[in-house]
Amino acid sequence: MSSATIVSLPDQSTARIPKVNFLTKENGLLSWLLTGDHKRIAVLYLISITFFFFIGGALAGLIRLQLLTPQADLLATDTYNKVFTMHGVIMVFLFLVPSVPATIGNFVIPMMVGAKDLALPKINLLSWYLYVIGGILVIYTMVSGGVDTGWTFTTPLSTHFSNTNVVSTGIAVFIAGFSSIFTGLNFIVTIHKMRCPGMTWFRLPLFVWSHYAASILMVLGTPVLAITLVLLVLERTVGIGVFDPAKGGDPLLFQHLFWFYSHPAVYIMILPGMGVISEVISTFSRKRVFGYTAVAFSSVAIAVFGFFVWAHHMFIMGISNYAVLVFSLLTMLVAVPSAIKIFNWAFTLYKGSITFETPMLYAFGFMGLFTIGGMTGVFLGASGTDIQLTETYFIVAHFHFVMVGGMLMAFLSGVHFWWPKITGRMYPEKISQMAAVVTFIGFNLTFFPQFILGTLGMPRRYASYPPEFQVLNVFSTAGASILGVGYLLPVLYLTWSLRYGKIAGDNPWQATGLEWQTQSPPLTENFTRIPIMDHEAYDYDWLERQKAKEVASVG
Amino acid sequence: MSHISPVLWQFLVKWMTHFALFPPEASKIAPQMDALYFFMLLVSVVGLTFVILLVTTFSILYRRQRHPVAVQIEGSTLLEATWTIIPLGLFLVMFVWGALLYFRVYTPPPNAMNIYVVGKQWMWKIEHPGGQHEIDALHVPVDRAVQITLISQDVFHSFSIPAFRVKREAIPGRYTTMWFEASRTGTYHLFCTQYCGTDHSHMTGWVVVMTPEDYRKWLAESTSGESLAQDGERLFASLSCNACHNTRPDSRGPSLANVYGSNLRLANGQTVTVDDSYLRQAILEPSSHVTQGYVPIMPTYQGQISEEGVIELVEYIKHLNSDYRVQQTTTTTDLPPASGGKATGGRPATAKRPAAEGTVNQ
Amino acid sequence: MSDSPVIAHGRLETASDEHPSYQRHHFESVEQQADTTNFAMWLFLLTEVMFFGGLFTAYLILRNWYYPAFVEGSHQLNIFWGTANTSVLITSSFTMAMGVWCAETRRKNALVLCLVLTFVLGLVFLGIKGIEYHEKWVKHHVPGLNYSAESFLNPASDHEVYAEYHDKPLMPDMAAKTELYFFLYFAMTGMHALHMIIGIGILAFMIFRARAGAYTNGHVTFVENFGLYWHFVDIIWIFLFPLLYLISRHQ
Repeated sequence: MSSATIVSLPDQSTARIPKVNFLTKENGLLSWLLTGDHKRIAVLYLISITFFFFIGGALAGLIRLQLLTPQADLLATDTYNKVFTMHGVIMVFLFLVPSVPATIGNFVIPMMVGAKDLALPKINLLSWYLYVIGGILVIYTMVSGGVDTGWTFTTPLSTHFSNTNVVSTGIAVFIAGFSSIFTGLNFIVTIHKMRCPGMTWFRLPLFVWSHYAASILMVLGTPVLAITLVLLVLERTVGIGVFDPAKGGDPLLFQHLFWFYSHPAVYIMILPGMGVISEVISTFSRKRVFGYTAVAFSSVAIAVFGFFVWAHHMFIMGISNYAVLVFSLLTMLVAVPSAIKIFNWAFTLYKGSITFETPMLYAFGFMGLFTIGGMTGVFLGASGTDIQLTETYFIVAHFHFVMVGGMLMAFLSGVHFWWPKITGRMYPEKISQMAAVVTFIGFNLTFFPQFILGTLGMPRRYASYPPEFQVLNVFSTAGASILGVGYLLPVLYLTWSLRYGKIAGDNPWQATGLEWQTQSPPLTENFTRIPIMDHEAYDYDWLERQKAKEVASVG
Repeated sequence: MSHISPVLWQFLVKWMTHFALFPPEASKIAPQMDALYFFMLLVSVVGLTFVILLVTTFSILYRRQRHPVAVQIEGSTLLEATWTIIPLGLFLVMFVWGALLYFRVYTPPPNAMNIYVVGKQWMWKIEHPGGQHEIDALHVPVDRAVQITLISQDVFHSFSIPAFRVKREAIPGRYTTMWFEASRTGTYHLFCTQYCGTDHSHMTGWVVVMTPEDYRKWLAESTSGESLAQDGERLFASLSCNACHNTRPDSRGPSLANVYGSNLRLANGQTVTVDDSYLRQAILEPSSHVTQGYVPIMPTYQGQISEEGVIELVEYIKHLNSDYRVQQTTTTTDLPPASGGKATGGRPATAKRPAAEGTVNQ
Repeated sequence: MSDSPVIAHGRLETASDEHPSYQRHHFESVEQQADTTNFAMWLFLLTEVMFFGGLFTAYLILRNWYYPAFVEGSHQLNIFWGTANTSVLITSSFTMAMGVWCAETRRKNALVLCLVLTFVLGLVFLGIKGIEYHEKWVKHHVPGLNYSAESFLNPASDHEVYAEYHDKPLMPDMAAKTELYFFLYFAMTGMHALHMIIGIGILAFMIFRARAGAYTNGHVTFVENFGLYWHFVDIIWIFLFPLLYLISRHQ
């Protein structure tokens, strides 16, 4: 009778963290701040992203508290407008976009392809500094009065009518955007040029495919955001007229330019999470992902199609009916690869050998919640229903389902999955499983009522609302408090595990993948010798043969 | 009941009596919109249930205790094809249905009555052609097609009536239109749904749907006395539009009689249909909208008229079925005629003039 | 057979593997390093294309809408200086390409000369741009700062330009659109000039390093990749020049 877990730890009475690893190789602040080691940079990102996540989360808490009552009695409307704007800016640009790629991607991709580091380590470090500078500028914006245009910076509100710090926010996002570009650039070059001998494209883990697709979006889409922000700042400061109808410009031009990036941005945010799910579902079913090729191509298809659907954010803005037809059709097409992936993951479970450790729980949560979020995207992509549902809480619910129910769950899944590799220690399983369940419940309670609110017509970005919407808002806020607990717990127990967690050993999950064949935490150079890849991805039979030969490394 | 605290009981009662999942269906298009919504909801529920069933069933059947050895399966092209084609098929059905609905919502019928709405931070100004002016309220008759011509005076706003299932962005610099036909009397929410600054949440109002009789009464008692077209006629004269746009043979501007709705040939060779947007553009950016046979000498009125003023002019021009009104304006003002000589001196209303130069006969 | 946690058999690597001092530790060979960094530079240039793309899009749309204003605006640009700048930049691309060849063939002094020439030509380009910008400032054609559409309401007042083009006076609403044209002129050439300045800065650094022999010992990738960047900046100008200066010169 097999046990209910696949976790395989070394004997705890004799196990030790390996003395020489990337964390202990050098000491001192400068060795961290001037590092070229992709693993250290990943840790730096993890710390900074968590910091900004909690600021964004606190702002979300303020939003939900305000919306407990129909009147604007907690915050003045101006303040509330600033709160939801900053929540959006921080969560999108300083949390979701870099979350999986910059933390987990940076850490494992070189190991997954069998390289000693990313192709451009200095650019990697630069990318982190740009992120930090962007983040500091955002904090400066908050401290010096905030910005209240919404994270979408709609013109002419942001250029001619807002009295807040639009310029500093624009500059902050511009700088953070370059952080994203450099990360994506690094990944693409690494995946093309640094694969170890024998590592063909179709032997790469699907995590790498997802990041490759996301990196294409980062590299090609973000520069358009950059130039759009430049134009925005110039319009606001100098008054050039490019978005001002009185001077002959067109505010819809801003919309097109802005959404040309911001739609691919959502795929930048979700694709890496999908990569995590592939790895986790495979490992905890002990099976190769069903339809590997289909999942790999779906990732790239999402990236390619993702560039051609931006105007579905503009269906009611007076664009021509025929443009609407084209973009609506393409939106339907981009939904299909995501559906393919969900089914492939579900069928990976078929005839597998399934266990329910924390990463797997988060992965299951992802599958359900992302399905709901994705389906509601189709509600919006079919142009007719978009008329009723756009600009209401339906949209808010939709994107929170995919971003939070989808991406954030995938991020937590990945953090838990690779935590033993990064730190050498296991997190406490029972409390983490509980936290996953609490998060799931809190999430549904928070955001499901918002679908109903949106259908009823409650507009988004409202500081006060008609009294008949109160009950659903109260449910939503109640859920948010539960969700907050669910997110706080991991910070606590993961920190605890750094000192008191069980020693993980090389491969506690008995996963395939080159990163699991090295010590935990890994050496700075990852491998003493570049490996030669002689088997397919997710080859559990190969793993069995390896175990027979392997000697666990201790100390 | 005595076991439940009064507060909680009140809460439950309030919820039960007011709980709704949909806004009232108060327009002709609303049931059609809801039908597509229900279809999508059904597909989503079925799809979600299917995914949940798959995951749950597999998790139970193949959990490690029960199924210790995994069977390595590469994939199945048949399954891939199935779950590509079926979702694609369903999505395409939704696409077609949704597109039909979209076209229906944004293609007003020709007999729709027109009401202008100007959005500004943070109120809606509703201008009825008969001269009724409302703020944050819209009175309409039931069972009558109503077209809304929207524009913003400052930033993006969005005119949303959930009970009618319609919504349209109000954009500075251009008109957008939508239409509806109310099917139930009553009072319904009106919201601004595009974030527009500080008091975005207060830019709300009410749509009042009345029986035809009540509506007639309302029109009569709310009118300002002057229809929009009459206001426009006054503006037309005070801005000296008639100095060039008159019926004289040597007039410097094309006659505006019957121009609304006609196909106009422009100086650059293009042909356009003259609608509200064209008229607005021609007033504010005349150099890009020159009628063939005329030179670009019209000054721009950008900055000199408000959006309401433009609407009044547009209304006036729309109702210009003949040159009679223009002549009247010409002869009853003190402006000297364009070519020297005769001052005011009524020219009798002549027979219908031939179409002005540059207008292509329909 | 392996005695380390690393899978399978690595390639035979002795403790003191011979590799040049400039090979970074995460690369297996200088060829891999050169190939990788080259690919990275191409990819970066692709992002630059997307970056400039937004400006080109705005230009194309607004030109389509306000054609007369854009035509008359472009008549204000000095063809002589524009052509001079184009030839300066193309020559600098030539000297840069020569520099790359010098690096590859290990000709240190020639390399330094080529880099210096490229540097000087870059400065000449910026100088000519400065002259042009100054001219715009004097004529009140700088949007947002001192803009006046007088030259378009009354073209006869601007003698040199009028003598060549005999433009018709624009109506005020169309004349106002010339400000959009000049905004795009400054934005596009300004963004280009910014990239030139960055390139010139890097050139200064490279001249310094080249004199120390850093690029003539086989490690040519820095020079090659910078050459790519410099040629890209040149190509952007090759697009800007016709779009801003040449198009609609004579109706």
